[in-house]
This record gives sequence, C-alpha cells and structure tokens, in this order.
Amino acid sequence: MRYFTEDHEWIEVDGQIGTVGITDYAQGQLGDIVFVDVPADGRSLGKGDEAAVVESVKAASDVYSPVSGTVLEGNTALADQPDLVNSDAEGEGWFFRLTLSDEAELESLMDEAAYEAFVAKL
Amino acid sequence: MSINQSGWRPEMTAGDSRAPAPGFTGNKALMLEEPLIFEIGDGETTGVDLPAVARTGASRFGGLARTAPIGLAGLSEPETVRHYTRLSRQNYAIDLGLFPLGSCTMKHNPRLNEKMARLPGFADVHPLQPVDTVQGALGVINELAFWLIELTGMHGVAMSPKAGAHGELCGILCIKAALEKRGEGHRKVILVPESAHGTNPATAAFAGFTVEDIPATPDGRVDLAALEARLGPDIAAVMITNPNTCGLFERDLKAISDAVHAAGGYVYCDGANFNAIVGRVRPGDLGVDAMHINLHKTFSTPHGGGGPGSGPVVLSEALSPFAPLPYTARTRDGHVHLIEEERAEEFSAEHFDGRLDSFGRMTAFHGQMGMFTRALTYILSHGADGLRQVAEDAVLNANYVLRSLEDVLDAPFAGAGPCMHEALFSDANLAQGFSTLDIAKGLIDEGFHPMTVYFPLVVHGAMLVEPTETESKAALDQFIGALRSVAERAKAGDAALKSAPHFAPRARLDETLAARKPVLVWKDPAPQREAAE
Repeated sequence: MRYFTEDHEWIEVDGQIGTVGITDYAQGQLGDIVFVDVPADGRSLGKGDEAAVVESVKAASDVYSPVSGTVLEGNTALADQPDLVNSDAEGEGWFFRLTLSDEAELESLMDEAAYEAFVAKL
Repeated sequence: MSINQSGWRPEMTAGDSRAPAPGFTGNKALMLEEPLIFEIGDGETTGVDLPAVARTGASRFGGLARTAPIGLAGLSEPETVRHYTRLSRQNYAIDLGLFPLGSCTMKHNPRLNEKMARLPGFADVHPLQPVDTVQGALGVINELAFWLIELTGMHGVAMSPKAGAHGELCGILCIKAALEKRGEGHRKVILVPESAHGTNPATAAFAGFTVEDIPATPDGRVDLAALEARLGPDIAAVMITNPNTCGLFERDLKAISDAVHAAGGYVYCDGANFNAIVGRVRPGDLGVDAMHINLHKTFSTPHGGGGPGSGPVVLSEALSPFAPLPYTARTRDGHVHLIEEERAEEFSAEHFDGRLDSFGRMTAFHGQMGMFTRALTYILSHGADGLRQVAEDAVLNANYVLRSLEDVLDAPFAGAGPCMHEALFSDANLAQGFSTLDIAKGLIDEGFHPMTVYFPLVVHGAMLVEPTETESKAALDQFIGALRSVAERAKAGDAALKSAPHFAPRARLDETLAARKPVLVWKDPAPQREAAE
C-alpha cells in the first residue's frame, strides 16, 4: 500500500517496513537533481522530521519523514546517480527505508487518488 | 567639407553569409580565448630573477621541509598582467553598462568617492595606529554615523558590520541581548514573511532562533492578520524587508511594529532596499528597532565585481545599549573618541546613564574605512535634496520599466499600483517549454547582464529588474527594447533562444552536469601524458 504527504513524499508500506521517496510531481518541480543526502542507518525519526536533503540546480529542499521510525538503510545508489530521482522518482529513486514505530500514523496520509486530487489543485 | 584623400573606404561585401573558418588561435578579433593560468605558466619561469644561493648548513625546516615542487605556475610579469587584463575583458561591470540585478542596487559609483577614499589620510591608516594620529578618519566614521542616524530617525548605530547579512546578525544579536537582559530569553521564534530577503531566515536560524513563515497577501505584501494571529509570548522578533522583494512598500509596517511591540517583540527591518525610500521615509518613525544599511547599495560604494560591503546597523533607543564595540563618538571635550572595552564603562556613564551592555564584538577593528569615506562623500555631495531625488528617480525608473513591459511580460503585482525601486515579472505567458532562464540567457546575447531570476520565490519564474536612478531614459529604452525583443522571441517559441547565449565567450553551459560532476581544481595533464607515452 502506498501513501502520500502534502509535502510530496511517498511511502510504500510492506508489513512493518516503509520505503520513502519524493513524488514524480515533486521531482518535476525541482528540476535536475544534482545531490541527495540520505539519513544514516539506525537514525531515529519522528513524523515530520527532516530526514533527507535533495538539491537541484534550482534549490535545496528538505525531505520529511512521513511517519516515525528507525532508518534501516539509505539508497546508496543516489550518491553517484542523483538523476535516478528524476528518471524514476517513485521507483529506483527511493530515498530510505525505515521500520515503522506507529502504523496508526499512516491513517493521516493520503492514498494515491487523494494525492492526485491534491496536486491537481496546486 | 573635408575630403578624405587617402582612398580608404569602409567596405563590406553585401549579402556575404560565408561563416569564417575558425582561426589558428580561437580568438575572435579582440575577444581573446584565455587559457587557465596553469596552462600558460610552468615551474621553470618566474617573474623575479634571484641569484642562486649556495646552501650552507642543514635546513631548519626539519620534517616540514617541502620535498616536491609546490606546483604553482610561474609567469613573467607581462604574462601575468596580460592574463588578468584579458580575463577582466570577459567580465561585465557597472562601468560597462546597465546592471539590472534586482535586490542588489547596482548603481554608478561616482569618481569623487574614489578620489576621497584614496586620500592618504584615509587610505593609508592602520587600525592599530595611535588614536591621536587618526582623528580625521575617526571623524569620518562619526560624521557618517550621525547622518545614518539622521536619515533613518533612529537612536544609535553600530558601524563595524562588514555587509548586509553581517549587519542582520548584529541586529538580531542586539535583540537577543535585550531579551536576555529582560529575562525573556525563552522567546525563541522569529517571524519572517515570504516577501523578505532570503538571508533573513538564515540569520535568525544562525543566531539560534526558530524561524516561522508569515504568508503574503495576493497583492504581494505581509498578511497583517496572519502576523497578528501568530504573535505571542514566544515571539522574539519579526524581520521585514521594506520595500519588500516584490518591489512593494509595506504600507502596514507601523501597524505591524505596534502589534509586535505590544506583544513584547522587536522589529528588524532589512534595509537592503533603503535606496527606494532614502530621504522620504525614516524607518524610526515606523517603529523599527534595528535595520542594517548596505552602504554598498544605497550610498554607492562599489558592489559590482565583489567590492567590499559595509552594513552599519541603526538601532532604536531600546536596542542601542546592546550594540557591539567599538563605538566612535564625539565626547564633551569636542574630540572624537574611539570607545573600546577599556573605555566602555566611562562611555556608558556619559552617554547611556550607565546602561551600556554591549553584546561583544562583530569584527576585530572598526569596519570598512574605505566604504565609510565613499558613503560620506556620496551623502555630502548629494545633500538632503539630492538623496531624496535619488529615491524618487529610482522609483520612477522602475515604474517606467514596469509599465513599458507589462504588455509583453506578465507583471503579477502591476495591478496593485506603482512599484517601488524594482519591477517584478513572471514567466506566466511564455511559449510552452520556454522559461525565465531562456530570457536571461537571451539578454546576454543582447549585451546586458541579466536581471535577478527565480527570486523572489513567491512568483513563478520571477524576473526582478532594478534599474536604479543611475540610468538615463535612453539607456532604459535600450534595455526595455532588448528585453521586449527577447520576451517576444520566448513567446513565439524561437528555438534559437533555447541555446542562447550564442555570442558570449562560452555558449550555454550544462548547469546540471556542472553541479553533478564539478571540476573544482586544475589537474596537471602531464602525468597522464607521460603514462600514455
């Protein structure tokens, strides 16, 4: 099941494990991405905490954690290929995986249809 | 009528479109291709010839002695001079043409300023000289301080900050010191409207505060209701840029100040755009507690080309006691005295009824002496009426640009009335696939430095033009004509614009590749060459 935030992060949840990235809409707004800083393994994140930094030719932006949890791994491929976020934001361009500490937090997020409707209004 | 008897006639073959083959050097007439300095020089050449010295005894460097060549390029003196002169010809400067960068106030630097700043009594002094020998220089600092206070309607001024953001930090540290003195160090939030300068939230965060945004109204100003709703016992200050980055005067500033003061906070005003209101509005009358003044913007000290900045901070009566040392002040004996730590107590008793509680120091010495001399020269040579006209002409010129181009470029706030010193456009009605960047690059081909682009963030694809009072109507008309032409090409979808500039020393660079794979140091190709051989 995939959920979305109003800050344009997505989280794909499989059991207790969530994979987080930014949406295709977000990468389109950012433009060419030149650098991604992913969180260190084992870092404890609260919902809404600054988890990663994404830098495009236009701007540097913080990426927030959609839910609370502990980071399992960052996507090391982004160090050499930050453009993966441009080419496949919602797949190969994922940012980090974490173990969820409170699954109930997912209820406050949007599903795909709700996110599409949210973006359409921007 | 005189007749040229030499037989010389300027001729051009009509309709000859044959492109010339690239020459031997790659130079285009007087536009020279200049290699890197490492590619010109080598380790064998030097600008100074010293006789060989016979080494006697062991080196005293011990383990620190260099074992390999340092790797710097050696050049003769004429090679060095030519290298930098050639590079300088590829630069753009305010002395070459109109510099429309918004939010930067790139104005002409009168040569009189330069003449004054080069007087030996100002140019050749050292900050550690005995005070008795630099009374003139201290007098300049003191007189400039007087006029900055006079022009802003404030109470005191800290002269030492070195530029705008440094001045912001100085002002915010004064606020922090005042809050702590009041026992209200728990006020940790600084409100920054969307229309403020980008350095404002950075300054607040650097000084240890939490930053919160205040939205802008649809007409590009601070949303007073939203700001008032957020005020409370945790608010330390509000930072407002006036005129703001949309080029608009914040009409509600007095109401904002009153509300912030009533809630126990302070008002910081970013004075970077003071050029638009100097001589017409005194920020002190609007309730401002601290404001930096960019001498390198408003008072015409060199800015283009990275000239040193200078950012004195004017302070309200509430904040003055916390200003950083050193001060200069004329004391009752008529002399200008430099107030350092050892004199602070005496100074406090004399001028602050013993309340002086400086937060410390911003710089080792007294600030940018050369900028002080230039700024004072500018103020005194213009006079009160001249400074007022500076603001009026800057605003008039910006409105002329705005109204001349609003039919071709989208001007989001043009309907809200006149702008101040800068005209703001957006990329709203360009052809599909064309952006603000294409217009900026096209302007380079037209021989202009581009305007500020993609700032302020509240407007999509922002183009911010600040012509300043410097430019004549003829110069403005030429710029407007160039921008109109480029904008029309962007609206018509002219594909050649996507790869502009075509006539610059370098065509459009791949900014993405440059950011992803930056080459930051020169690498000697020789080892690779040797390896290949």
